[in-house]
Amino acid sequence: MSRPIRILIAKPGLDGHDRGAKVVALALREAGFEVIYTGLHQTADQIVEAALEEDVDAIGVSVLSGAHLTVARKISEKLRMARAEDKVVLFGGNIPAPDIPALKAVGVHEVFPTGSRFEAIEAFIRSAVASSRGGGQHA
Amino acid sequence: MPDDPRPVILESGIPVRPSYGPEAIADLDPARDLGQPGEFPFTRGIHPLMYRARPWTMRQYAGFGTPGETNERFKFLIGHGQNALNVAFDLPTQMGLDSDDPRSEGEVGRVGMAVNTLADLETAFAEIPIEKISVSLTMNAVAAPIMAMFFVVAEKHGLALSDLRGTCQNDMLKEYIGRGAWIFPVEPAMRLIGDTIEYCARNAPKYYPVSVCGYHIRESGANPVQEIAYAFCIARAYVRLGLERGLQVDEFADRISFNFDIFGNLFEQVAKFRAARRLWARILRDEFGAKLPATMQMKMIAGGGGGGLTIEQPENNIVRGAYYALISALSGAQTMALCSFDEAYTIPTEKAALVSLRTMQILAEEMGLCDTADPLAGSYYVEWLTNEMEKRIASEIRRVDEELGGIVRAIREGAIQRAVAQQAWRHEKGLQDGSIPKVGVNRYRMEEEPQEVELHAYNPRQAEESVRRLEERRAARDPQAVGRALEAVRGSAASGANVMPSMMEAARAYASLGEITRVLREVFGEFQEPVSL
Repeated sequence: MSRPIRILIAKPGLDGHDRGAKVVALALREAGFEVIYTGLHQTADQIVEAALEEDVDAIGVSVLSGAHLTVARKISEKLRMARAEDKVVLFGGNIPAPDIPALKAVGVHEVFPTGSRFEAIEAFIRSAVASSRGGGQHA
Repeated sequence: MPDDPRPVILESGIPVRPSYGPEAIADLDPARDLGQPGEFPFTRGIHPLMYRARPWTMRQYAGFGTPGETNERFKFLIGHGQNALNVAFDLPTQMGLDSDDPRSEGEVGRVGMAVNTLADLETAFAEIPIEKISVSLTMNAVAAPIMAMFFVVAEKHGLALSDLRGTCQNDMLKEYIGRGAWIFPVEPAMRLIGDTIEYCARNAPKYYPVSVCGYHIRESGANPVQEIAYAFCIARAYVRLGLERGLQVDEFADRISFNFDIFGNLFEQVAKFRAARRLWARILRDEFGAKLPATMQMKMIAGGGGGGLTIEQPENNIVRGAYYALISALSGAQTMALCSFDEAYTIPTEKAALVSLRTMQILAEEMGLCDTADPLAGSYYVEWLTNEMEKRIASEIRRVDEELGGIVRAIREGAIQRAVAQQAWRHEKGLQDGSIPKVGVNRYRMEEEPQEVELHAYNPRQAEESVRRLEERRAARDPQAVGRALEAVRGSAASGANVMPSMMEAARAYASLGEITRVLREVFGEFQEPVSL
């Protein structure tokens, strides 16, 4: 049996609207994931450090202020510097559709804007983590 | 009675019967429980004539970019008949950071206007008649320095503080539950609120130093009963702050107003507001010994409704906004604001803000809502539901007091945050499985909808402009006066003296908000968030 998927739910920057982050965290926990929530006002450095320390498979970043591109660039860069590009990075929140390609171009694997269904988020993480683990089975 | 074809349970957990008659309100004593409009317990509204004398105040939330751009939007809204302002600040300002702080990157001027020094507020309110247009400042963690800056602007407009009207949100306890713009730990944050309440009671008695926000608690997931219950627990904590300063309850408690949310089941919301007014009056009279009727009146802005709007089929939000405004008018709100139809996407465009303003104006001028006070009074259903809501709100308040150790401890330890997040999750599950109907989301959904919303463009150049203004101001001001003022702020923060006089000196010296907040952080430290879910 493979170990449960571990995910860090992160709230970067100054935006304090955490309803979406907490709701997704609770939904993923119910789906059997191990969920770590950072709390508010995290820097990109703190988020990447927490991801490494907690050895998570995925990072779910929630932004509602509109600053998602700035945040995504910083987190991707920190992950590259930490040689942790294998972590699956997801963005959620108030993200206009035209910004999604730009987010993917800087290394975000998938974007789940407000209103996304839990099962879609869950299914994507399972499949993306499976391929980033190389499909390898852990004992 | 025939079999019930479809059980109905309201969001607050109240089961509803297919019809109500006199027996449902047999224990209602109209003299005791309703009174006339303008009479205790104010169930029917706080003024005898209500909107017959004056329709509700219309106060759209606005502000973005530079103070100059915000000033233009203010003038646009006033030019179209809006008679009050509700100022949005960007996140760096809300968090006490200057525009050139590295933590401000990407956020300057994004969700509100950037304010660094007094000069920015001077620009934002240039040629705005703040003696007539009451200004509400949506500011919390650094409410004290921003209020001080605004008071200095008022002085420069030639207004005596004793005549100044307006409101500052200044409700920190709710920031820890929802919205999240907190900086300092709970105790110093409460102390700052106490300072502003005391300062205003003695110097600016017409100013509302605190607006207690059930709104953001509800937007974070709370049901209507939790919204009012937690807001009242918080408001009681602020009343106690005033009493601890040696003020009499009748000297200041009428200057604590409320900000509540309006989306959801129409009858449940109207009953919520009527119940809340009655309960607040009883709390002020029985718990705090208030003697003056004005002290017992729950004054509110009832508006927003953002939590009910959808990203799907955004134009449906115009219709929702109209129904939400109807709820607010049927509930006797003093002030109304509406989330605009594009707010699930963006800062409202000028067009969307105007649609919201016109919605309220149509309601006030065409639909007869201003003709007679509390028009739903006497309805078997509405009166029964009002009683039911009051009982449940009172019971949740008791639970916070008796089982959670009071609101301050419950927030410090995260108990309220957990309760609200759990409720938000249950609601979202209901939306996703369709048990909570939402048109365009789980009913009448349209696939591949084109997104036709015009997005408010974020201009990164406004950050450069904001930094340039700050640098110019730093070069022009008297550095020794700034240094002295900041030391005075430090002294008052550390000693426990009221911080407001030193904050006003710092504003006059054009000390920046970031500089003032840095001093406060050094004295007070930072809040450690309880992150357990």
